[in-house]
Amino acid sequence: MSARNVEDKVAVNIKHVSLPMSRVKLIMKSSPDVSNINQEALFLTTKATELFVQHLALSSYKSGSGKDHNALSYSDLAGAAEESETFQFLTDILPKKILAKDYLKSLEELPEEGDN
Amino acid sequence: MAERPEDLNLPNAVITRIIKEALPDGVNVSKEARRAISQAASVFVLYATSCGINFAKIAKRKTLNAGDVMAAMEEMEFDRFLQPLRKKEASEQKLKDKERKSETEENDKSREEEEELHMEEEQDGENECEEEEIEN
Repeated sequence: MSARNVEDKVAVNIKHVSLPMSRVKLIMKSSPDVSNINQEALFLTTKATELFVQHLALSSYKSGSGKDHNALSYSDLAGAAEESETFQFLTDILPKKILAKDYLKSLEELPEEGDN
Repeated sequence: MAERPEDLNLPNAVITRIIKEALPDGVNVSKEARRAISQAASVFVLYATSCGINFAKIAKRKTLNAGDVMAAMEEMEFDRFLQPLRKKEASEQKLKDKERKSETEENDKSREEEEELHMEEEQDGENECEEEEIEN
């Protein structure tokens, strides 16, 4: 395989996206204030999202509770969201799970709150 | 109003494949984890978009462009993602720089060589545009 071929393959990888750009566009358009999206912006966002998925999966797996090296579980993800600054924006949708009784107990321990 | 992220999901099969490619062989991914990652990806798109559109607003544009997306990535501290994306930007910037350079260059020989490279890269650029149009 010549050097040129290898370069082409790498170049193709960079340009190739697996996620459907039409779907990504749909999500982007649901955001307020977005009138138009430049084609390259759509491509870059789609590509970034793929890289994000890889990063989230791998980071969560690496910093996972260590119980099972052969699996990635929801709690690994919730852990990553809480512990990593990069994934802070995910804490609302990836909350840690606690037992109901523990939650109820923590409610009892809260001080009286004034008007918020 | 923005819809809930759950209503704007990315295809499961593709998400699963991307996850599998990122993890070592043989690692099982629970269904719950897969769904959570998919939702996280949708939220990521929304977050990146709203971040990017702020940059566009500052520049008084209504169209989100590539520069806005790159700026959003930096703002979100996803430098990680910038490297592969930068490669693409860099190759296009190189092309622009070469164009500028060839205008001021005194040496004819090197200008000829640069034009050759320029023509090759331009062809690649054109092909890319065609691909994108077809997708639309």
